[in-house]
Amino acid sequence: MNISLSITKSIHDWLYNIMPEGAASIVEMVLIGLVYLAIFAIAGLFLVLLERRVAAWFQLRIGPNRVGFQGLLQTMADALKLLSKELTGTVKADKFLYNLAPYFVIISSLMALAVIPFTKEFHAFDINIGIFFLIAVSSIGVIGILLGGWASNNKFALIGAMRSGVQTISYELSIGLSLLTMILITGSLQLSEIVEVQKSGWLIVQGHVPAIIAFMIYMIAGTAETNRAPFDMVEAESELGAGFHTEYSGMKFAYFFLAEFINMFLIAAIATTIFFGGWLSPFGITESIPWLGVLWFLGKTLTLVFLMMWFRWTFPRLRVDQLLTLEWKYLLPINLVNIVIMAIIVWLNLTIQI
Amino acid sequence: MERYVFYIVALIMIVFAIASVSSRKMLRSVIYLLFVLVGIAAIFFLIDYNFLAAVQLTVYAGGIIVLMIFSVLLVHHIEMKLEVAKVSKRILTATTCAIGVGVFVASIYSYDFNVVEKATTTTTAQIGAGLLSYESGGFILPFEVISVLLLAAMIGAIIIAKGKKLEDGRQETGD
Repeated sequence: MNISLSITKSIHDWLYNIMPEGAASIVEMVLIGLVYLAIFAIAGLFLVLLERRVAAWFQLRIGPNRVGFQGLLQTMADALKLLSKELTGTVKADKFLYNLAPYFVIISSLMALAVIPFTKEFHAFDINIGIFFLIAVSSIGVIGILLGGWASNNKFALIGAMRSGVQTISYELSIGLSLLTMILITGSLQLSEIVEVQKSGWLIVQGHVPAIIAFMIYMIAGTAETNRAPFDMVEAESELGAGFHTEYSGMKFAYFFLAEFINMFLIAAIATTIFFGGWLSPFGITESIPWLGVLWFLGKTLTLVFLMMWFRWTFPRLRVDQLLTLEWKYLLPINLVNIVIMAIIVWLNLTIQI
Repeated sequence: MERYVFYIVALIMIVFAIASVSSRKMLRSVIYLLFVLVGIAAIFFLIDYNFLAAVQLTVYAGGIIVLMIFSVLLVHHIEMKLEVAKVSKRILTATTCAIGVGVFVASIYSYDFNVVEKATTTTTAQIGAGLLSYESGGFILPFEVISVLLLAAMIGAIIIAKGKKLEDGRQETGD
């Protein structure tokens, strides 16, 4: 019944049987790391495919449909092509920082992936400050973008990087505050506990009005944080070429590209965990079969990913001043008031418990 | 195992701290400093003090370093290298640093540290309760003082950013 647990448990026992304890724990860490890297690569590649198919659907096209069944292998082929490409650079650029920049972006999103609870068992790093750790780690990724933009020795890339910095620093506030609003209900930052709390109703139901406001703010800020349209001033094609990664080619470009899609997945996954009950099924209908949790989790997450893609192909791009006005004059004050309302609701026990 | 992790992290921190002050390119120094700060966060994780580690990552790595990169990017001649100081100045700096390190090492080795065998991690609830308690061992006074200080700093920043007073009725074009 408990498939994922029994596999990991038998591997665990087998490893501890054949080697000493210290070596076995190191091997286990390496194995978990490899599993997460594989998830990272596969999820990234198929999200790219999903984005292209959704974009085609919105524009009344078919999209990639030749490589493999319904184009399923298209992005694999693209990745192979990118692997074989020459890595170019610019003259008079700082080579060290230029090569370092993609790793900041990719490592920060990988670290954030580790704390996401896919199911009750499939959870690599259940730290007691879960959400705070997520916010902390996601604030490092922007350094990679700033460095990449500067080290490219290209004016367009630099402008893109500066815009990205402004955007990420501003919208991080809204992400943090909207998540904080929900923490008022759960009373814990640990992600597994937050999911447990939602057994008596998902938080978006428990917190009703302020929770829905917080969710809307979170999705807007999350879209901005991942630098996606309508907030894609960072790589506005009509203005800046490709923004901060104009000068990158081959696999280094692919790192930026994959990290962007993984970040989108992360934003959706955090929203799933905080607002929509994570791996819990609605009304506990499949509670007796725990491994179905991962399907529920992925289903909810992909629905939210689809929502973000929907934003991208529906709304026009904002200007920089509109973007900053939206954050500092609307989202932030609404958010602060929202926290107070949520605190009053929790204080007076007005939450809805199913 | 934890001992080896500590030595590796400490070595990385020392190497990058030296690289940070000896590098002659501005942005590279900032990045080396970032590695040192992330190393401090790693030490906090190692002693199971997750909250402070996350604060370290958010405030220093995510906040201050990003602001430093911003200000470095806004400097005019960023590609220029730092001039090497005179030999006499370098000798003076080296001796001052050596004295500083000596004082630190001497005071660390003269203090008798208590080794805690079973450390429990601090939860956020405990930190919050500690910040708001006004009994002995509570931190309500420093907490309030810091919030007043931050408020003053914020008001000051707004005043500076606003610049000159607007003349009544007529908007002044800033230069």
